[in-house]
Amino acid sequence: MLDRDHVITAKNLSRADIETVLDRAAAIERDPPDRDRHAGRLLGLCFFEPSTRTRMSFEAAIKRLGGDALDMGPVDSSSATKGESLADTVRVIEGYADALVLRHPSEGAATMASDFVDVPLLNAGDGAGQHPTQTLLDLYTMRENAGGLTDLTVGIMGDLKYGRTVHSLAYALTKFDASQHFVSPESLRLPRSVRYDLHEAGAQVREHEDLDDVLSELDVLYVTRIQRERFPDENEYRAVAGEYRIDAETLDRARDECIVMHPLPRVDEIAPDVDPTDHAHYFEQAHNGVPVRMALLDLLLDDTDDGEAVDATEDDSANGGSR
Amino acid sequence: MSERDDHELRISKIENGTVIDHIAGGHAPDVLAILGIGSSTDEVVSVGMNVPSDRLGHKDVVKIEGRELSQDEVDVISLIAPAASINIIREYGVAEKHRVERPAVVEGVLSCPNHDCITTDGEPVTSRFEVLDDGVRCAYCETILRENLTEHIDV
Ligand SMILES: [Zn+2]
Repeated sequence: MLDRDHVITAKNLSRADIETVLDRAAAIERDPPDRDRHAGRLLGLCFFEPSTRTRMSFEAAIKRLGGDALDMGPVDSSSATKGESLADTVRVIEGYADALVLRHPSEGAATMASDFVDVPLLNAGDGAGQHPTQTLLDLYTMRENAGGLTDLTVGIMGDLKYGRTVHSLAYALTKFDASQHFVSPESLRLPRSVRYDLHEAGAQVREHEDLDDVLSELDVLYVTRIQRERFPDENEYRAVAGEYRIDAETLDRARDECIVMHPLPRVDEIAPDVDPTDHAHYFEQAHNGVPVRMALLDLLLDDTDDGEAVDATEDDSANGGSR
Repeated sequence: MSERDDHELRISKIENGTVIDHIAGGHAPDVLAILGIGSSTDEVVSVGMNVPSDRLGHKDVVKIEGRELSQDEVDVISLIAPAASINIIREYGVAEKHRVERPAVVEGVLSCPNHDCITTDGEPVTSRFEVLDDGVRCAYCETILRENLTEHIDV
């Protein structure tokens, strides 16, 4: 059981919370739950900015648990553009659904919205802030493919300033004593607030401008996209983005076991010639979104279910942890 | 005692109220802003700016007749004037003397400088900042603010 009602930031997930979700996801993958496990339960999808991938994986997750999704539809036709506050929107949709998923362009949106609702609220990305369910599926992918989660050496490369998946992941990795290497251009280094938390958590962190400084040590290379719109000048963007692009040849300098991850969609930061190599785990990472979100919803909805909940983690707790 | 004598010449003693001393030089207007004292106030307020001080070089002093500050007000003053001392005056004497202490959280006082923060979107939400050792941090978007706090005071 998760000891929190809302999932807002990876910072608030304990190591035990994370392990509970990942164990449940592993159990779900091995032995899919009954199709009526959460029959009749409704998940409200409040997406104030488009994200087909995240929205569809939540929708798949609730449907595979026997429930259904209520989608408020594209933002341009929703009341958000008619001036209704987010606080009002979530209070209304709370009346229709058993749990809410929120994606919003403003930072702190999920924190604020959770003050207004009693049903579980899951943050599916708030501006450049946090994206904790992405972090859970990232960790699941690492645990399954990089020999567990403790004592990993993880390189995180690309846009570390605006990349919310990076911020969430960095917090979570501190709970597993990972050694973290951040690789980015000077202008896209980690924001002050994330540095502050990593420092407070006593994280082992190093920063680099050149991937080659650290590539050969990595168990995981987590690549993120550098967005053109962050640069006022196209040439400046090209110069920077080119430096932080990898291909199969780059990975000749990596350990054979090094896994490459990416919170898709990618543009050209990972060349297609990486796809057939054993390093590539980003499509699997995306697929893991469904079992991990199923696990999360299962745990959150269990708390309010009347029916007998099957505790799938019971026999499987050693599974992921011992890898 | 020469410092004391010096500014007492400039600012008269008050009978009852509060003296906020050891404000860093030039920040008295920020303290007045926090206390909601502006051009339309009818309170009796004396302000000394850039008074020579042994401890701070130059300091500001604010005296407010007939008003004892609340803890909330003192908390906020602590953010911009961490060296301040608060003297509660009753019948011309110092009845209580406090150094300001920084609170854990301040609510509804600062506005978040991050334009992408949900608190700047017109939502029904009160700003909330966690107070760090050397700054404050928005409880919503987590932006850390270290310099120029007074530019973000929302009173
Ligand atoms: Zn903020």
